[in-house]
Formats: sequence, C-alpha cells, structure tokens
Amino acid sequence: MSVAVDLATLWAFIIALTVFIYVVMDGFDLGLGILFPLFPGKQDRDVITNTVAPVWDGNETWLVLGGGGLMAAFPLAYAILLPALYAPLIAMLIGLIFRGVAFEFRWRTRSTRNLWDIAFAGGSWVAALAQGIALGAILQGVHVEGRHYAGGWWDWLTPFSILTGVSLVVGYALLGATWLILKTEGDLRDKAYRISWILLVLMLLAIAAVSLATPLLTIQYAQRWFSWPAIILTAPVPLAVIGVTVLLMKNLAQKHDGWPFFLALALFFLSYAGLGISMYPFIVPQSITIWQAAAPERSQLMMLPGVLVLVPLILGYTAWAYWVFRGKVGHDAGYH
Amino acid sequence: MFGLDAVELARAQFAFTVTFHIIFPAFSIGLASYLAVLEALWLWTGRDGYLNVFNYWLKIFAIAFAMGVVSGIVMSYQFGTNWSVYSDKVGPVIGPLMAYEVLTAFFLEAGFLGVMLFGLKRVGPKLHFLATLMVAVGTLISAFWILSANSWMQTPAGYAVNADGQFVSVDWLKVIFNPSFPYRLVHMVLAAYLTTSLVVGAVGAWHLLRNPHLPGPRVMFSMAMWMAALVAPLQILVGDQHGLNTLEHQPVKIMAMEGHFESHKDGAPLYLFGWPDQAKGELKWAIGIPKFGSLILKHQIDAPMAGLDTVPRQDWPPVPITFWSFRIMVGLGMLMLALGLFSLWERWRGRLYINRGLHRFAIAMGPAGFVAVIAGWVTTETGRQPFTVYGLLRTADSVSPLAAPAVGASLLAFIIVYFIIFAAGVLYILRLMAEPPHAGEAGPSSEPPLRSAGVTPAAGVVQGAIGS
Repeated sequence: MSVAVDLATLWAFIIALTVFIYVVMDGFDLGLGILFPLFPGKQDRDVITNTVAPVWDGNETWLVLGGGGLMAAFPLAYAILLPALYAPLIAMLIGLIFRGVAFEFRWRTRSTRNLWDIAFAGGSWVAALAQGIALGAILQGVHVEGRHYAGGWWDWLTPFSILTGVSLVVGYALLGATWLILKTEGDLRDKAYRISWILLVLMLLAIAAVSLATPLLTIQYAQRWFSWPAIILTAPVPLAVIGVTVLLMKNLAQKHDGWPFFLALALFFLSYAGLGISMYPFIVPQSITIWQAAAPERSQLMMLPGVLVLVPLILGYTAWAYWVFRGKVGHDAGYH
Repeated sequence: MFGLDAVELARAQFAFTVTFHIIFPAFSIGLASYLAVLEALWLWTGRDGYLNVFNYWLKIFAIAFAMGVVSGIVMSYQFGTNWSVYSDKVGPVIGPLMAYEVLTAFFLEAGFLGVMLFGLKRVGPKLHFLATLMVAVGTLISAFWILSANSWMQTPAGYAVNADGQFVSVDWLKVIFNPSFPYRLVHMVLAAYLTTSLVVGAVGAWHLLRNPHLPGPRVMFSMAMWMAALVAPLQILVGDQHGLNTLEHQPVKIMAMEGHFESHKDGAPLYLFGWPDQAKGELKWAIGIPKFGSLILKHQIDAPMAGLDTVPRQDWPPVPITFWSFRIMVGLGMLMLALGLFSLWERWRGRLYINRGLHRFAIAMGPAGFVAVIAGWVTTETGRQPFTVYGLLRTADSVSPLAAPAVGASLLAFIIVYFIIFAAGVLYILRLMAEPPHAGEAGPSSEPPLRSAGVTPAAGVVQGAIGS
C-alpha cells in the first residue's frame, strides 16, 4: 500500500509536469496566434509563423501525452473530468484543428491566405480560452456521484471559469510577445516590446484576480493558503511573483532580447505551482484524491520506466530541434 | 438529434472522427517510408532526380501529416469525453499502451519532423536523413502501439477484473501481443504501403499520360508499381490468415462478414453477393459457391460451420454493414492485384511508361487504398459490435453520461469542421500533384511554389534526368 501511495504521488507529479511542459511549449505558440490580429502585415505574419513552424507539432504532442497519461495513470479522473468539460474541450480541439492546419495551408494558397490567417488566430484564441475555462471549471469542482460525472453540460460556465479563461489568453499572449522579442528583429521586435509591457500589466491583474478569487471558492483553498503553518510554504509564492515581475520589467526596459521570454515562463511556473498547492492531493477538487483515482499499481509501474527513460530523451532531441532552428528569424529567412 | 439517442450519437461521432483520421496515418505511414527510401537513394547514387521527387512528396507529406496530427488529438480526448465509463474500466490496460505510443512514436515523429521539413540546409544531408528515418520509424512504432490497443479490445488477453470493475493487466506481454495483434499489425502496415503506392503510382501515371519522358514521374510510377505487384499478393495472403485468426477468436464477426445467418452441417457456401436482412435473419438473393466457404475458412470442404442462428440476437453485429464493407475491401484488393500483375506484364514487355491503358487504370486506382482501408476498418469495428471489449464490455455500457443534445452539437461541429479542412487539404494536395516534379524542386518553403514562371519544362527534364 505504501508503494501505491508513493506511486500515485509520483504520477501526479509526472502528469503535472507534462501539463506544465505543454504550457511552456504550446503557450507561446498559441500566444502567437492570439497576437496575430495585431500584426496585419503579410511579411510580419510569415516571420511569426516561421518562428514556430519547425516545432509546433512537437509542442502540441505534450497535450496528447497529458490526455493519454491521465487516462493511463488516473483513469477515474479522466473519466470524470472529460465529460464534465465536454463543451470547452470540444471547442479546444476544434480550435487546435484550425490553427494546426493553418500552419501548412497558409503557404499553399494566395487567394484564401487571409482566411487561414483568421483560422490561425481564431483557433488559437478559442483553444487558449477553452483551456483556461477548463482549468477554472476543474478548480471550482465538479459534481460527482459514484464513479461518474453527474452534473449538467453547462456547469463549467461560471464567472470564475471565464476569469481563468481570459487570464490564460492574456498569459499565453505575453509568452507569445516575449517569444517574438527573442526570435525576431527590427520593427517587429520593437512592437513586441510595446505589446509585452501592456500584456505584463494585464497578466499581473489576472494573477491577482485569480489568486483572490480562488480562496473564495471553497474553505479548503482558503485554509490551504492562509492557515498556519501552511503559510510558510505558500507565502514565498506571491513574493517570488513580485521578484520575477521586477526582473522582467527591468529586462523589458533595457531591451535584453534574451531574457523576457524566460522570465515570463517563470511567472507561469509560479502561478502553476500556486495551483498545485491549492489542488493537492485532489485530482478532481473536493471529491476525488489522486489515490482514489490512481490506476492499479501494475499499470502505473509499467509506464514508469518509459517515462523515466523516454521523457529525458524526448526533451533531448526536442532541444536539438530548437537548437537547429536557433537564432533570429528575419523577413528573408523562411526555412528553405 | 435525428431521433438518435446519446449512445448512437457518440458512436456516430467516434466512427466519423476515426474514419477521417485513419485516412492520414494510412497515407503518412507509407509516405514516410517512401521518403526515407528516396532520400537513401539520393544519398547513395548522388542523383538529384531522387531529391526532386523527395522534395515533391515532402510538401504533400507536410500537409497530410498536419491533418493527421490535428485529427489525432481529437481521438486521444474523445475516449474521455464520450466514452468515460469505458475509459474508467479499460484505462488501466489501454492507457499505458497509448501512453507508450505518445512517448515512443508521436514525439519521435513530431520532434524530427521540423528538421525533416525545413532543416536540410541547416544540418546537412546525413543528419537530415536521420531525421527522415526517425519520422518513418515513428509512424511504424505508432502503428505498433495503437494496433496493439485496438487488437486487445478485439481479442482481450492477459487481464483480470478488479473490485471496481476495472480491467487490470496480469501479464503485459500477453496484453500487448494479444492473439489478433500480429495479424492486424501486418495487415494494416501493408495496407498503408499499398495505399501510398497507389497514390504515388496514380500521380506518376497522370504525368506520364501527358509526357512519358518525364524522369520524376517515371521514378514514381516504376517504384509504385513494383510495390503494388509485390505487396498486393502478400496482402491477400495476410488477409486470409487474419480471417482465420478472426474465425478462431471472433467467430460471430466472420458469420456477419460471410452472411452466414444459418448454420451449415456439411460445408458452408461462400456467398459472393446477397442482401442481408438483419430483422428476418436471412440473406436474400444470395449468390454463392457451395462448400467454398468451408474450404477457405477451414481448408476442408465439408467442415461444419455455425451461423448466427447459434448466437443470441442481442449479440449480433450489424450484418449488412459488415457484409458489404468486407466485400468492398476484398474487391478492391483483387483490383490492386490485377494492377500489380498488369504492370509486371507491361514492364516485361518494356511498355511500362507508354501503355496508356495501364496509366489510366493506375489513376483510377489512386484512391482505392483509402477506400479499402476504411472498408476494412468498418468491417472489423462493426463486426465486433455490440461490444467495445469483445464479449466483456458492451458498447451501450461504455458511454459517457452525456445528454444527447451535447453529443449531437459536437458531432455536427466536427462534421462541418472536418469537411472544410478536408476539402481545403485535398485541394492543396491535388494542386501540388497537378504539377510534375521540376528540376531543383523546392522543399516545403515559406512561399507558395512559383508556377511555371521562368521554368522551361524541357530544360528541367534534361537537368533533372535520373538516367532512366
């Protein structure tokens, strides 16, 4: 039994890590689509899509691992959460379809390129919004009876889930803008700097709003954050957010191209750690713990060597792919 | 919606999205291998003609692959959104297989795809070839895991059921290498190779009809026809073995495929055509060869064969769909064999590049692989109904507790979206196919290909000559 307990925690950590890697990798990627309407010029748009064309596919694969891993390691949570999030998830999938094919399709047509640009932007907006809404809907808890989701198909829609949805759009947009600072030059980069300032302010407002609203959802979250001695663990998170923000502002002001993106990721990491502190050890907040949802030991054990060996390997060759396409992407570049 | 309940709508949605999805892996598994072969030939011989053909198909691969990826993400979430009870019960067995598919295959493909598509000049030919190879191997590994998972649902093995009603593994090797898996894997990979060779062959033939001297289309057509001639007969053999395996483990599916409503004590006929009447339990207007069914399935002319009359009605699969989709697949398989043999004959006579009849036949057969793949999957998936895990978990007991309007709305959304995406994707692929490969063919670039501006086809031919 003690082994099973440890395995469930380990797997919760692995799934959480997978989702975080997804957010790191696809967040900026979706952010570029979110920012697309601000860059109406064809040349700018070509450069923007070229900065991720060689890697977007791998970025999105982490989402598949998140879904597949959840089904494998916590099938009960997968079986309860996915029906509960039916509408936002279907919307996310459709958004991802449009933005994914737009990468290829926009190069294959002149007459309808604008339509695929709209599909790229619209799909990114919808996917990001839906992911944020899904996050909020999970945090606020879903109605479970026995081993089933027992709520209605609009339960996910609340002011809180809308708030998390909009927050994630803002956050991804900030990642996208700082990515452009890292990967582009000239006017495009300068514009990305200006946008980053605005988005950073919006992001801080969003973090504050979600942080204030979450403890109001249930007494459990409030106790987790504000009771003694848990506060020793939780208090550093907001302090670190302030520290990272100051650094990010400094780098934006001094125009150090290399740093804003990674500092924006650090902001994401801190927000994400905050979520983890709120949720643990529940995987379906307020009703199912990670131990209740855990797949039988044999299933979790079977995947362990795969994850421990393959994930570092995957990160290795993914890093290589990023390395191959390193550096600034100019207007003339394109990867011929 | 349309008077269907939530279960029927969920089934319709799964059938629609998975049918759409399989089109692209069926093509990209074969095409990735073909690209690897082309690049190997280029590296080995140093002839730029192979690189031109490689770049030509690489652009098409990029589009098909993207469509496969986005429609595949839908699949990985649909188990949970629409089949949550199934996911809860079967997740402990199927989940790890799919997780391994992601870890060993999807990442490999996606990780190296960028270098394969855009990186030739950045990493040089050898590393680039490695990337191509990794993508090709990734598609095959992916087929391994997903067919293992599917086969386990058809012929479950190595499992137990725990107190929560979940299937759990007691022997992973038996789970992975379950009885129908080797047959299904070989059958599907060969189908992917055949499908691709028919597409490549059709494109080659299309351009040879206009100009039989074009080097690129000659390479494509010759390679594709070798593939069809070798793989089509092999596939028929494998299909037969797969059928025998199905007879052993899923006899009811065979009854539906064969239209055997009634039992035969001394030799069952092989029905070629007929009209299965599920309600009455009879095959109307049947045309069959007496005793031939027993000969094929039991290799013994008088072997008795049980029919659906020995099976409770609530366990019957939908016979008409299973019966007809099977005949479509087999019929197309025979035509593929005919094409392969015809091409061998013409090759022997030295008329491979000039026989217009052969070229027209090859063009007509271009989409045949896709139709056969879909028909084959319809046969095997419809034939195992009414179960998701064969004999153990009913489809009706697998579905999510969702309201019909929710599923109806999502089904409608998928249908609209997929038709838009499919129409556009196919249009762009056909546009690329409409041009023959030129000398100095560009890879997937950031600009739409320049059309005939400044390119003299005749000069291109000479420069790009491969020496055929």
